[in-house]
Amino acid sequence: MSSTDMDTGPVLAADGTPLKKSLARALRRQKMRALMLIAPLLLFILITFLIPIGQMLLRSVDNEIVSATIPRTVQALEDWEFVEGGAPPGEAVFEQLYEDMLIATEQKIHTRLGSRLNYEMSGMSSLFRKTNERRLGRFDLEEPLAPQFADIDEDWLDPEVWFTIQSNSDTVTAGYFLAAVDLQRTPDGIESVPDFSAIYVKLFVRTIILSVTITFTCLILGYPIAWLLSNLPAKSANLLLILVLLPFWTSLLVRTSAWKVLLQQQGVINDILVWIGLVADDNRLALINNATGTVIAMTHILLPFMILPLYSVMKTIPPSYVRAAKSLGATDWTAFWRVYFPQSVPGIGAGAILVFILAIGYYITPELVGGTDGTFISNRIYYHISSSLNWGLAAALATILLALVMVLYWIYDRMVGIDNVKLG
Amino acid sequence: MSLPAYASTGQRVWYYSFRVICGLIFAFLIIPILVIIPLSFNATDFFTFTPEMLRLDPEGYSLKHYEDFFTDDGWQAALRNSFIIAPIATILAVVFGTLAAIGLSQSHVPFRRAIMAILISPMIVPLIISATGMFFFYSAMGNFLEDTFGLSQDFVGYIKIILAHAALGIPFVIITVTATLVGFDHSLTRAAANMGANPVTTFFKVQMPLILPGVISGGLFAFITSFDEVVVVIFIGSASQQTLPWQMFTGLREQISPTILAVATILVVISILLLTTVELLRRRSERLRGMSPG
Repeated sequence: MSSTDMDTGPVLAADGTPLKKSLARALRRQKMRALMLIAPLLLFILITFLIPIGQMLLRSVDNEIVSATIPRTVQALEDWEFVEGGAPPGEAVFEQLYEDMLIATEQKIHTRLGSRLNYEMSGMSSLFRKTNERRLGRFDLEEPLAPQFADIDEDWLDPEVWFTIQSNSDTVTAGYFLAAVDLQRTPDGIESVPDFSAIYVKLFVRTIILSVTITFTCLILGYPIAWLLSNLPAKSANLLLILVLLPFWTSLLVRTSAWKVLLQQQGVINDILVWIGLVADDNRLALINNATGTVIAMTHILLPFMILPLYSVMKTIPPSYVRAAKSLGATDWTAFWRVYFPQSVPGIGAGAILVFILAIGYYITPELVGGTDGTFISNRIYYHISSSLNWGLAAALATILLALVMVLYWIYDRMVGIDNVKLG
Repeated sequence: MSLPAYASTGQRVWYYSFRVICGLIFAFLIIPILVIIPLSFNATDFFTFTPEMLRLDPEGYSLKHYEDFFTDDGWQAALRNSFIIAPIATILAVVFGTLAAIGLSQSHVPFRRAIMAILISPMIVPLIISATGMFFFYSAMGNFLEDTFGLSQDFVGYIKIILAHAALGIPFVIITVTATLVGFDHSLTRAAANMGANPVTTFFKVQMPLILPGVISGGLFAFITSFDEVVVVIFIGSASQQTLPWQMFTGLREQISPTILAVATILVVISILLLTTVELLRRRSERLRGMSPG
């Protein structure tokens, strides 16, 4: 570089600032403007959607109720150690329990604690309900308290009861997650629950199996349609595409009610089968309120989600490849299987993951046509929200499901990209 | 795709059987939706074709289920609720969504991928999970609104559902509007600014008319999402916010009545109208941007 070049200094913009600086400022302003446009929505989604989800995740481990309702007992219990068939905690703990329960029963929150602990050990709910204000009022404070608690319920002297209280005194618990995979905490460590009450693992497995089945039937039915659509002239393809889009746009409940009507024992399909003579009138097929019903109805509902991504991939496969394969002597089948099919695999992946993600979280359709053996984990979540009121367990089940979906979603993003989602 | 003249018999057989298979799959897609239309004119309370209907006897048909729908207070309240909630949720989704989509389509957006993932998340997370999360949060929020601002419980109930539905509809607006903006020529806005238009005028006079098809179809997606949504409503709504899908859901679960088929038919007609609008808009937008010859 010569000295004259140095003297001219940096290139200046019209207002006299260096061009580099001026450009950087313009870029920064542009970035700010873009962020300003996005910010309101980001805030909106944060409040209406992300915080609720985050709160649900917290709730699945939240366990403040024990240490908040009987704080002194929990503290006094710290030194006590559980021994199989050993002694319950000493008088000091019962004195604290008396204090705590006096306050808790006055505020009428002791039954809530009872039902919380009942998730960990059955019988806790009635134990806490029995220990009410009236009974506590009759206590003789001059006498030892432990036997008086035992008068209300023998269980107060059961070391296992105290173990349950002790092991749940932390403000966070893994208890809901353990329950969600059919495990429980016992004095001997973490064990699986007895067979008759182990339902969640089975339900998760069933949800996955049924979702895979639905994905598979969607693929079998969707592939030929997508192929046909992408190989027809644009005009007729567009016309046929409407037959795919109409179900896509039709209300989910309309389609579910249609299947409810069609699949009933006295429904249209059974009527036709009887009329043809395929099945006897007194031996009509049970097509609804079981897994079959769920698979049929959900295949119908999710089929467009398989066809559309497949179609958009197949449209881009040049027909000349297959023609070239054939002219080189390949049979129709070889040309399809060795040349066409491998090029459609991205579409299969995208469609299959999309359908699977949608299927795994379905609630409405399994609830209405699934009966008892065609329901999903989501039906159980709703049950815990609305009927059993075990919200912690509902949150834990939902969290597990969310984790599963996020993994699939991550795979989808790697394969297709989030911004490549297309509609209609 | 047509059969060449030299095709062998095997190829001919396969060609026609493939078409038959495709026809059957199309039938599987479309017949369940069409079958409920005649059934909704059933004169009896059964969910199947009566002999009179098969004979095309006018006696077998009636409008009584439609009459039920239009006179029953429960159904009418549900219809009203649906038409209160869905449009407001749609407007919210469209306004926020369009602004953000324009922001996202600028050339230099920091964390573009992460932001996109967050904005699309309501569409990806299964409804049952969103509903569970919202159930906990929205009841607390509802209590807060009632206590601090003294709003009535009913009013707060509507607010909760509208906000939730707007959140669910936003991803659709984002996706459709960003797709329209892909082909948008930014020199147009610069030209407008050059000739003295302020940003607001530029937006409404230059940019908006060009991206309008995307905005409208995004809005229609958002509308149908809210109009058809039932899981979240069941979780966070109370009886006075019962919407049409909720009423149908309870109807199907408990006392299955043929009025549902009349409602279903009306909804099918609505979705045909929406589908036609979206298709027309999509084609128009593609034509405008020169992406397709037709």
